[in-house]
Amino acid sequence: MRKVAIVGAGLTKFYRNVQETPKELAFEATKMALDSCEMKLSDIDCVVHGTAPDAFDGVHMKGEYLSDGSGGYRKPYMRHFVGGGTGCFSPIHGWFHVASGMFDTCIVVAEEKMSSAYPHPAGAFLTIFDHTTEQPLYPTLIWIFAIEMNRFMTTYGYKKEDIARVAVKNKKNAMDHPSAQLGAEITVKDVLDSEIMAWPVNRLDISPTSDGAACIILAAEHVARRVTEKPIWIDGVGWALDSAYWTTRDLYYPDYVEVAARQAYKMAGIKEPSKEIHIAEPYDPFTYKELHHIEGLGLCKKGGSVQMLLDGVTQRTGNLPCCPSGGALGVGNPIAATGIMKVIEIFSQLRGEAGKRQVPGKPTCGLAQAWGDLMQVGTVVVMRS
Amino acid sequence: MEITEKMVAKTATKLSADEIQKGKVLSVKWTPKLKYAWDNGPAIGRYLAELKNGKIIAKKCDKCHRIMIPPRMFCELCWVPTGEWIYVQDTGIVNTWVVSYVDWKATRLDIEGGVRPLTPAVIEIDGASKGMGILHHLNDVDPWKIYRGMKVKAVWKPPEERTGAITDIKYFKPIK
Ligand SMILES: [Zn+2]
Repeated sequence: MRKVAIVGAGLTKFYRNVQETPKELAFEATKMALDSCEMKLSDIDCVVHGTAPDAFDGVHMKGEYLSDGSGGYRKPYMRHFVGGGTGCFSPIHGWFHVASGMFDTCIVVAEEKMSSAYPHPAGAFLTIFDHTTEQPLYPTLIWIFAIEMNRFMTTYGYKKEDIARVAVKNKKNAMDHPSAQLGAEITVKDVLDSEIMAWPVNRLDISPTSDGAACIILAAEHVARRVTEKPIWIDGVGWALDSAYWTTRDLYYPDYVEVAARQAYKMAGIKEPSKEIHIAEPYDPFTYKELHHIEGLGLCKKGGSVQMLLDGVTQRTGNLPCCPSGGALGVGNPIAATGIMKVIEIFSQLRGEAGKRQVPGKPTCGLAQAWGDLMQVGTVVVMRS
Repeated sequence: MEITEKMVAKTATKLSADEIQKGKVLSVKWTPKLKYAWDNGPAIGRYLAELKNGKIIAKKCDKCHRIMIPPRMFCELCWVPTGEWIYVQDTGIVNTWVVSYVDWKATRLDIEGGVRPLTPAVIEIDGASKGMGILHHLNDVDPWKIYRGMKVKAVWKPPEERTGAITDIKYFKPIK
């Protein structure tokens, strides 16, 4: 397999309710990514597009609908979708195309416009549940995440006031991110006092409904070296899917994230992830998810993530900064675009170009991870400078 | 110029919900009217027929010996067809649960007005293999007094009201 690098990136602002159409958002991010590395659409061999359920937009063939905005006109083009895990599957999908030798360059773009489904996109999620055994009970996604959070808490004795610190950290980090929807200085008390959605999940434990798009440009080594002095290499990729029988799994631990991470670490030659990974962007659509994923990624031992948080290890200035971007909780969570936003954060950090968000210590190895479907998919990308 | 300066977010125009709802910006609305008739398959079909009889049925994998609920025609772990049907109890324990102030559309319930929060749970069914749970609601219990491992029992609709659906069980309630 050939080496594959990220050479350019682009990101729209994230808001709830943007005026731009999904295609216009995709165009904005893609154009920005090409401009960032001074490439033209004619330099691009193929395009891959990540975007979450068609039901958000009410547009079937959403991939095809978006393709004009993504530079897909008369190019090899393919859409991928693995729920909330889509955004970190996107670079993997692009990596196949370039690593295989089939193409030298690839646009990897993800777009999400969640606000079209109203009054709330949550309603569109009813149909992800089993139509016979679960839908008649009118479940919502918030419930199943609260159910998972509770199992995680009761297994280890974690406290809500400790988990709330993830929101405090990430929303503060997001204050330095130009795309951020919800950057803010808040306290643990603010999180605990925010309205209950589905206990143990309060309003400030959840990422917002967001619209936005993000894009990276991938290139094979000979092209990457010509385009930029600082290519960031995709050194490991992994993805795995667990059973859709989610009520018959023990939700305290994301085995599928571990499987995906082990695959990516093996490929990248990483033996001790907690030492060799310098910076991470685990998927944080809910506060507890950052911790759940840190454990699944092997960045601490099982049951060790809360202590790591309390010790400040995951702060921007800590030994293993997690979500220095501000994450889904702070920057926003336009599902598929969030994953690429996280990849772009690692790209910027490893290049030493993250500005006010730059972590100290010149990191050379980082990872981004996403998660989704019925709490069952893990997607992991390991990057090095 | 550093690459990150060039890729900094420029556009995406923020709208307020008000601007859309009051028509200050134009939008088009559509409510899909789609209808489906989902076949249940032999495993869930039998499961529903037994619910109508007031019983819960599981299916066993002869390879890993798991007694699985909801029943399935193949074991997703061993990847083989499953074996015998086994009746399990209509009791179980709470594996994990939620105290929800919102409904399926994320619309807030009138908790201040006296509406009881919803308390969906994963319930491990007695007689099935350890950890085998189903999603259902808890009721007849103070939402804030539910705990992991709490023993519960199904509260059934009267036989004449049952339709062969998961809702033939109204909810689960605590037992001693
Ligand atoms: Zn089996």
